Formats: sequence, structure tokens, C-alpha cells
Amino acid sequence: MSEEAAPGALPTAPTSVDGGTPMQRDRATTIFEHSVEGRRAAVLPQCDVPETPLEELIPKRLLREAPAELPEIAEPEIVRHYNRISRRNFDLDTCFYPLGSCTMKHNPRLNEKVAALPGHARLHPAQEPKRAQGALELMWRLSEALSEICGLPHVSLQPSAGSHGELAGLLLTRAYHADRGEERMRVLTPDTAHGTNPASVTMAGYEVVKVATDERGGVDLDDLRSKADERTACLMLTNPNTLGLFDENITEISSIIHEAGGTLYYDGANLNAIMGRSRPGDMGFDIVHVNLHKTFSQPHGGGGPGAGPIAVSERIEPYLPRPQVIRRESANGGPAFDLDFDRPKSIGRLRGFQGNFGVFVRSYAYILSLGGDGLKEASETAVLNANHLLAKLGEGRAGRYAPIAFDRRPMHEFVLSGAPAKKELGVKTLDIAKRLLDYGFHPPTVYFPLLVDEALMIEPTETETRETLDAFTDAVEAILAEAEDDPEVARQAPYTTPVRRLDEVGASRRPVIRQPLG
Amino acid sequence: MSRYTSGTDADRREMLETIGAESVDELFADIPEELRLGRPLELRDGLSELEVLDELSRLAAKNAHADAETSFLGAGMYDHHVPAIVDAIISRSEFLTPYTPYQPEISQGGLQAMFEFQTAMSELTGLPVSNAALYEGPSAVASAAYLAIGATGRRRLVVSRGLGPHSRESLATYSVGYGSEVIEVGLDRGLTDAAALAEAIDEETAAVFLQQPNFLGAVEDVEALAAAAKEKGALVIVSCDPVALSVLKPPGETGADLAVGEGQPLGNRLDYGGPSFGFFCATEEHIRRMPGRIAGETTDVDGRRGFVLTLQTREQHIRREKATNNICTAQALNALAGIIHLSWLGKQGFVELGELLVRRTAYARERLGAVDGIELINDAPVVREFAVKLEAPVGDVLDRCAAEGIAAGYPIGRDYPEYENGLLVALTERRSRADIDRLAEVLGAAVAEFRGSEQPRLAEGVAS
Repeated sequence: MSEEAAPGALPTAPTSVDGGTPMQRDRATTIFEHSVEGRRAAVLPQCDVPETPLEELIPKRLLREAPAELPEIAEPEIVRHYNRISRRNFDLDTCFYPLGSCTMKHNPRLNEKVAALPGHARLHPAQEPKRAQGALELMWRLSEALSEICGLPHVSLQPSAGSHGELAGLLLTRAYHADRGEERMRVLTPDTAHGTNPASVTMAGYEVVKVATDERGGVDLDDLRSKADERTACLMLTNPNTLGLFDENITEISSIIHEAGGTLYYDGANLNAIMGRSRPGDMGFDIVHVNLHKTFSQPHGGGGPGAGPIAVSERIEPYLPRPQVIRRESANGGPAFDLDFDRPKSIGRLRGFQGNFGVFVRSYAYILSLGGDGLKEASETAVLNANHLLAKLGEGRAGRYAPIAFDRRPMHEFVLSGAPAKKELGVKTLDIAKRLLDYGFHPPTVYFPLLVDEALMIEPTETETRETLDAFTDAVEAILAEAEDDPEVARQAPYTTPVRRLDEVGASRRPVIRQPLG
Repeated sequence: MSRYTSGTDADRREMLETIGAESVDELFADIPEELRLGRPLELRDGLSELEVLDELSRLAAKNAHADAETSFLGAGMYDHHVPAIVDAIISRSEFLTPYTPYQPEISQGGLQAMFEFQTAMSELTGLPVSNAALYEGPSAVASAAYLAIGATGRRRLVVSRGLGPHSRESLATYSVGYGSEVIEVGLDRGLTDAAALAEAIDEETAAVFLQQPNFLGAVEDVEALAAAAKEKGALVIVSCDPVALSVLKPPGETGADLAVGEGQPLGNRLDYGGPSFGFFCATEEHIRRMPGRIAGETTDVDGRRGFVLTLQTREQHIRREKATNNICTAQALNALAGIIHLSWLGKQGFVELGELLVRRTAYARERLGAVDGIELINDAPVVREFAVKLEAPVGDVLDRCAAEGIAAGYPIGRDYPEYENGLLVALTERRSRADIDRLAEVLGAAVAEFRGSEQPRLAEGVAS
């Protein structure tokens, strides 16, 4: 964090550190480099069965000749190693993460606690349904809640993350059209779409057709009309979109696609803007994926785990992945839950077992904690925070050097264009992002969406205080003020991080992706 | 109710004033009137922390978990001991709560852990290239097919029936998108039928899929099976149990081009099936077709050692529709658990674990094989799991064992109708000789009780 400043004064951050910070002086060493022959941590149970030579149990030619070169290291040093390297990470529990499209909201520790209950954490996935009734009930209840939030009647929890949900949605679309004897090979995606959308389209065997954005930041309706036809399988849309703008023409968009015979897919990355206010199902979407690691508070874990359940309309339901959790009346009158494999039109499995159950537990706990009103209030506060932050930034130098890309009231996130800063100050969006690190903030999402020059995509979420938002505003202001004086300050940033700018081009040209051993 | 927000009424008033809006409603004005929900969500009211804890505890108590019984369940996920340091380290805020390390200057911990993970997986599989993890096992198998199709320009996939049913089914699901055809080759006495496999592979075959050990627990001769694929220019893809690689010849030394699999046995809890991680290793030539994130070593402007996400031009956020895979959020924290567990086991401990499993499994197979009414499905070498056939309806037998506090194994009849009343029994270091003896006793008694009974049924019914 920046130093305490006098009221009204801008914060400051170092522009050099003589000899480096202590962490900078501490050269990174890997766990393998701490290995010393003969050291160990694990003690295993004694062998309590005959110690037959291994070659008598498995033919020698099938056995490994030399052991894998894993580290030889005692437990205290393993703990110290990982604690030390953990301190080289920025994290949400410590600081603000205004990362657009990522919804870095607080991760309640209660959720970790309930996920760790032995009945959840120690439950084998192949346990028979009748002996896993609590888990199936939880999955059923979570499905019901997501169904209500999305406004669509059926849910599959199986997909492992957002992109997995997208692939599932596209395969569902294929199955739906195939069942009707239709062959449609094109999927429309706006040019503002997340990169996963077109990547999923290709994996599902479809062709990507891009749809333009109009001057208000929404889908260009004329372009959409010209491209929606009998070849169109699906339109994938985020609403609010990646500019943080709600597409007011969504009803019209929906009817264009449905009249053309396509399905409408909702990328749920931005669901945090509208919970309890509006529902994708009511907008006409057929398939929605929900990122439990964004909207429903599963910690990001430095890049996962997540989960990407999908909610679908009645016409898509027959094709949902196998197995589905179902509820029946049991012989003694109470409800009983089961896994239904008998789904003849199902697209099949997308992965092993029942999905990322541990994530389901956390997200269900989150939904229980907030309740319907709390979820609505979360979305309202997220939108309020974003608009406040935008207004505050606009009052200062950001209004001039990094104005909003589409001048409309955003929802839970907004996109600034750093093009004027680049032109007038010689400071790129990347430089602003790197300098923010010295001020103790995670940068926004940068250079996305692609149609905005020098984009900075900012999503504060509902769990941040007004003071934090204002402190971020001050840091941006200070960075732009510094740049007016000397653009080199930002261009050379960061100065205080464990390492400074890294040679990514060299890393890619001559990849060193494992430690040479032995 | 817990809301995790700070805003007071005063905050809201001031913020609205800054924004220049009259009300929060005004901020939602872009949503057309007819699309506003206009009623509360039909969800129960929010609960306090202790009420949520009670409710979730109530649900958890309805599950027969691996501490509540003696479990011999496996079939892809295993009840290994997860060392205490794993939970301690992965629950640190610095690992639990960061985003994907797109800003490497402040993500060195996570990136370095990925680099270490890649090194360890590369060691285990004997292949030089590893990514930083995929979702889980079966979808990693399906991702391997995507690579193989891209690398060979062919679309025929030849699959051993020894590949786990979830992997085979995922492959079939994805194949609709890939436009690929899946040809299955059967088992012969519990092992992949080598002659049938060789016959199934042709010039249009992109890849051959094997599992090591196979789903029935038997160790395949991958080297011999790979030869036919090599001859026709098809890739050899081996899905493997990482713990078995402590003792088995690594896939990279037996002709595999890709080694993938389920990472749960390394440091991850059972969690009713997830989250865990998938691993994905390859020969050097496929490095630029790899799916998912890869960490690489580099230096910063001052010459300090550092790590970055590398070869990102493969990935969806850069390459979009031309990406090598669509994966974005994966399983970084679960992979971290994996590398911590492997470090804890260490070079010696990992081998000792494998040897203990092989010996206990051999003992268990011998004990069960000697029981009247239990027949071994094959006599192939096994590491930690083996299949038997019961001369009694498996559902009834499992119910009886469960009543005695034993989850005796996974019934394979639904996936392999040819092994009706088949049972897959898995061992970990948590199952002692005494546990095995008791299994033999209880299972034997249950088989004796239901032997010859009329109405066989699978153990998938629901409590009544």
C-alpha cells in the first residue's frame, strides 16, 4: 500500500528501491533446488503383508528402472518453502482486485469450513446414491436455486468452469438441431465476446461468425439481421456485455435469433450485475452458464478450481449431460435423491463423476447466507460501486486521459480507453497497470475487449468499501499526475514487486518449462 | 443474514450523489421494463453463519463418507492420506484467493508452484512437457484427442475398453464437436486385446487411447500395444494413475506421445468427485499444441530469476477461435496440492507408497480369490486395484457389506455388462491388512448368504 498522505494530497509510491527490496534480493529457488539426498518428510505405515519382491508381482520390464526425481526434503523445509513463495503472490484477502469480467468478490471462510466437513470432503464419488443422499440433496437444491436465479427450468451442474459450460451449451445446441434434422454450422459471437466463446465454438465443430458492435456498445442489429439465417446454430452473448453495458435490444436480438431457428446462449461471466433484477431466461436465452467462482464466491485459487453449471430451457432439457440429479418420493413418503443415467437423448458426459462438488458446497452455502434479497442487494451494490468508481475516476485526470469507451451508464463493470494517455502522455495502458502494482492495487483487466483501444476493464464488486474505491481512484490520479511530469516513471514500473517486468518474449521463444534434474 | 458488504445508507446516498442518480433503481434503467423481475427471487431468506453451518452439517451427515466406513472404493479416485501440510498451505490467502497469474510481477508464488508441478509431472510420466493442469481426468483424455486430431489431421480414435468408462464417454461427447469417430477395442482376459487393437488402427487413425493400469486394475504392456500405432503414424495416448507411476515404467519410456490423467490421488480430497485436477504431458514436438496454461522460467529487467505464463499464443484469450483448447479457469490450487503432496512423499516415500500398494493389493487379491463364490476376473499384474466376480447379486452383497461398515468396492456391471456382478476393489495406504482380512470375511459371508438368489440388481437404487 502507498504511504499515508495528508488529506487531499495524492498518494505516492517509490520510483526506485536502492539495492532492491528484501524480497527482490532473495533469489527464487524451487523445491527441487532444496533437495538433499537422503532427506525425507513422509513416514508411511509399516508393510503388514508379505514383502514379496516387486518383480515377482509385476514383470520387471513393466517396472520403472529409476525412481522419479522428486525432491528429498524434510517437512519443515517444505512448509517454509511454500510459505515463502506464497508471499510472492498478491491476493484478494489482502488487497483490491478491480479485475473486469472476473468478479473478484470476497471469499467467505464459512464456505471453506462447510466444504471441509468430512461428510462432504471425504465422500467418495462412487458411493452409491442411497448412501450419498446429503450430497445429492445439496446438488438438487443448488440446481433449484440457480434455476430460479437464471429463470430457466433445468440445470446441469457437471461443467467444470465457464468454458466447459460453453462447450456443453454448444454441444446441446448441436444435439437439439440434429434431433430436428437440421444442420446448422455457424455460431454468432459479438466482437466484444470473451476469448473462450470463439475457442469453444471451434471445439464444438462450428464456424465463428462475428457480429459488430453498434455505437452505443450493444449488438449491431442490422449486422445481426444480415447474419442470422438458416445456417445459424446459436448466438453467444454476455448481458451486460464485456463493456459492462446492458443491451436494451435484447428482446429484439432474441426474436431475430429464434426466428432464424437458432439458440441463444448466455455467457454468465457477468451475472453478478443482475441477480434478482432480471433473468436470462426471461430475456429469451435458452442456455446459460454460471461461473460459481465468480458470482457465487468460490475462491479463484490462483487459476481454479471453478465450476460452470448450465441452466437451460424446456426444449434443451432432453439433451443435458448424464447423469442428472433427480428427486423422487421414496417408499416411506420422504424425498429421495438419485442419479439418473437413463437419458437417451443426452449429449453424454463432459467429465468424470458428478462435477466439482466441493465448489457446489461453497456456492450453496453462499446462496443460503445471502438469500434472495441478499443476492439482489449484492448485484445492486456491485452496480452502485462500479458507477461510483467511474464517476470518481471521471472527475480527475482519468476523465481526460482514460475516458469511458462508450459513454453510457454501466452496470457492474466499465471499460476505459487509455488511448489519450498513450497519445498525450506517452504512457500505455500496460504502464498504468504496472504502476498500479507499486500502489498496492491489482490492475484492471487490460487490452480487453479488443474493440476498445488501450482498454482498461474495471469491476469493483459489491464487497469493496467506498474508501477502497476512493483510494484506487487516488492511485490512478497519482499515476497520471506522475506521467504528466515524467512518463518514464510508469514506463519502467513496477519498482517494488518481488520481481519487475519479466522477459515474456524470451520465455516463449526458448521455453524453459521444467527444472532440469539428475 | 450474511451479506459481505459494507455500504451503509449514508454511503449509498453519497455514492448516488457522486454518480448523479436519484436511486439505485435508476442504475438499472437500461433493463427494459418487461424484463425486470418485479418480484423477489423465490429463495429462502438469508441465514446467519451458524444457521448455514447447521444446515450444511445436516446434509453432510446424510453421506456415508470414508471415515464413517472402511472404503475399498476406487474407479478413478482414491482415499489416500492427504498430509496435514497440504491443507495448511493451500488454505493460505496467498494461494487460495488470487486470480490467474496474468500479472507475473505479483504472482511469482503461483507461477513458481506451477513450474514445480510441471517438473514433477514430467518426472512421473517421463515426458518433457507438462502443462499446469486441466479440469480433471476424463476431460483431459478428451483434450488429448483434440491435440491428436490437430497434430495428425486425422479423425479416427481407437480406444481400448480398458480406458475408464467416464473417459470413454467424455471422448464420445467431445467427438461430436471434433467430427471424430471412436472405435472401441475389447479386452481379452482383462487386458487390451493386442491383435484386435493392431487391426483397428489404420492410416486414418489419429490416436490410440490406453489406460495404465486399466480400469480393471491390470497393468498393460503399453510398449507392445504402442508398436502398432507407431507403425501407422497414430499418436499413443496413455491415461494413467499418477500414484501407480511410482513403480511402473513411465509412459514416456513405453512409447506414449501424451500422458494424461486424473490427479486426485495426489494431494486432493475425495470431495464426491471434484474439484481435483487433470494432468497433461507430451513429447517436445507437441509443446505448441498443448492445452491450458504453462509456466516458464525467465528473467526480469534487472536480471532476477522469475516465472511467467508462457506460450500464451496457444490460448483462447489471445488466439480465440484458433486456440489449441478453450480452457480458461482450470485447477491451479488443486495442482498446488499435488506438488506439495509429492514433495512430502519425496523420492523415496513415493516409491515406498507404490510398493506398499502393490504388496497389499497382491495380498488382498489372494485373500479374496480364495473365498468361495468370489472369482478373480484375470491374473494380470495389478498395482492398487483388481476386479473380481461374485457368484451372488452384487447389489445385495454391497448392501450387506455396507451394513457391516464396509464399502466393498465399485460394481462394474453397469459399465461392463460382460462382468455382471463384477466388483472393483481398490487399496490405499489407509487400508491395513486387518481391513483386508475383514473385507474378505464380510464379503465372503455376504456372497454365501445371497449366492444363487433369484433377482440380481445393480447397486444404484435409492433409499426407500
